[in-house]
Amino acid sequence: MMLEKPASVLEIRDLSVSVGTDEGEARILDNVGLSLMPGSIHGIVGESGCGKSTLIRSILGILPKRGRATHGSIMLGERNLLSLPADALQKDVRGRAIGFIPQDPFQALNPVFRVGTQLLENVRTPGDSKATREAKRAHVISLLKAVQLPDAEHALDRYPHQFSGGQRQRLLIAAALAAAPGIILADEPTTALDVTTQLQILKLLRGLAIERDLSMLFVTHDFGVVAQLCDTVTVMYAGQTVESGPVAQVLKAPFHPYTQMLLACHPERAEELAGIPGAVPSPLRPPTGCRFSPRCPHARAECTAGQPPRVAPQPGHAVRCVLHLDEAAA
Amino acid sequence: MTRFILRRLLLALPALFGLLVLTFIMLRVLPSDPSAALAGENATPEQIAAVRKAYGFDEPLWKQFVIYVGQVARADFGNSIISNRPVVSDIAWRLPATIELTFASLLFAALVGIPLGTMAAVWHNSPFDHVMRVVTVGGLAIASFWFAIILQIVFSMDLGWLPLRSRYPDGLPPPTNITGLYLVDSLLTLRFDQFWLSFKHIIMPAFTLSLGGLASIARFTRAGVLETMQKDFVHYAEAAGYARKRIIWVYVLRNSVVAATTQIGLLFGTLISSAVAVEAIFDWPGVGSYAVSAILTSDYKAVLAVTLVVGVIYAIVNIVVDVVHAMLDPRVAETL
Repeated sequence: MMLEKPASVLEIRDLSVSVGTDEGEARILDNVGLSLMPGSIHGIVGESGCGKSTLIRSILGILPKRGRATHGSIMLGERNLLSLPADALQKDVRGRAIGFIPQDPFQALNPVFRVGTQLLENVRTPGDSKATREAKRAHVISLLKAVQLPDAEHALDRYPHQFSGGQRQRLLIAAALAAAPGIILADEPTTALDVTTQLQILKLLRGLAIERDLSMLFVTHDFGVVAQLCDTVTVMYAGQTVESGPVAQVLKAPFHPYTQMLLACHPERAEELAGIPGAVPSPLRPPTGCRFSPRCPHARAECTAGQPPRVAPQPGHAVRCVLHLDEAAA
Repeated sequence: MTRFILRRLLLALPALFGLLVLTFIMLRVLPSDPSAALAGENATPEQIAAVRKAYGFDEPLWKQFVIYVGQVARADFGNSIISNRPVVSDIAWRLPATIELTFASLLFAALVGIPLGTMAAVWHNSPFDHVMRVVTVGGLAIASFWFAIILQIVFSMDLGWLPLRSRYPDGLPPPTNITGLYLVDSLLTLRFDQFWLSFKHIIMPAFTLSLGGLASIARFTRAGVLETMQKDFVHYAEAAGYARKRIIWVYVLRNSVVAATTQIGLLFGTLISSAVAVEAIFDWPGVGSYAVSAILTSDYKAVLAVTLVVGVIYAIVNIVVDVVHAMLDPRVAETL
């Protein structure tokens, strides 16, 4: 008998996304699935080009012009984001239900506008009288204090270039919190920062998530960050989700050969530096079945027959790999 | 900001010195023997020698230059051959007409060109974009003297909607002189009838003059907006849920206009030189038409004074443009 699963706040099922290119359709995401549980921080790990950014863009409804979701659903509560009209996505989802923290704080703020103009853009309250504008400012300043920005009172009148990288990332975190969203989408928010700042930002995010009861999707290529911050993790490879589960289990005993090899690449974890032979396949002509099979040391004939089914050898720890079919059955 | 303006003013000094040297060379060196030119066609060698002595052309060049700079500093350019009045007072009287015409053109070019360019970029590769690009190539290529005559034939002679020439009806007293700009003065004195008359007179010349600038502002804005839309901060604004209209017309446009302002400063130079032809066609009583008649009558002093005045105005406009640029983009003021 199966236990009743608690409802997820964001549930992606069998999502496939194609982008038209001059050389044909590129299937960037292939049957991607993940669930974000309330109050948890979920990491999405993968190399560049594995479809992390496209996944984020799909959730926010800002796919490139020639991109479209061909299959699947993205459920935010009761609503399927894929079938929402464009203006509903802009008004109710982006910056509202889902706050977004970008990758590069140096490039994300418009250099010719004061910080206040940009942060107040995210605070959307009905009416726009002077009184509410003052209230909005006060609200944003309180957020700047919450993200521990020094001199929060005067920050709104300054320009982005007058802040350091870490301070700018704090500004952007405050911006993401502006409309009190339940979900935060963070796209490698610490990649552009130096290591000490990285650690401070991670601590801040962790604290805010607990304090404000946020659910967070945290995209990164760094297993170290996942270990420090996340509760659960999904590993992606070439547009497919290959493994997901609680961070401790996935890191300690990964099921999928790709996860194992990726972890072995991490200099702090491996005794001997290993690489993964071969290269990430082109989404224009991906391998059939499991997209990792051409690089997989354990590949068999059945790997290319079709995408392996999702099995969960341990409760909550699932993998898409033929190697584990028997374990799950047993 | 004050420091930026001061620095910018200091940087203009070498340019103005260069202008003095150029005009000096123009006057003393280019006519192979200015004394002969000044003495007239049938002058005897003795008369030419007398002129040479009288004008100090027998002095060493550096001394002549010092004398010349002194004259410029006192705004002493002598009398015009045609009007027989001091060149300076001729120009002072005509300058506001040229300023009014060029600024009206520039304003029109910016107010129309910036939105056109933005729309072309937003609807990139749409029919609107293609038409805009073809039309602006036409706007850059079209000969303004030809276009001006077509306008005159259609709107003045056939339809009779607009006056054919001049700045104001002959015989009517112009608006009270405050700034010398009729459009501004008539508004300041609340004489809307005079404003309307001045406005009708400026439409065709200003429109003709604005064509080239409008086309290049539209193209520059289009390129600027296209480039800005690829920036991370635009993708971020989208992901953060800013309304699309605000992203384009507030956030993207401001960045593109910053780039376009520098362009407008450079445009002013071509605008002034086109104004010479446009003023002559529309009989606009400005510095341009004055320059044309001065050139045709070999009125060297007048040509020289016009060149200097236009050069100084150009320098001032570019300082203003730089200051505006620094105000729009806070990073500029801090790098200087």
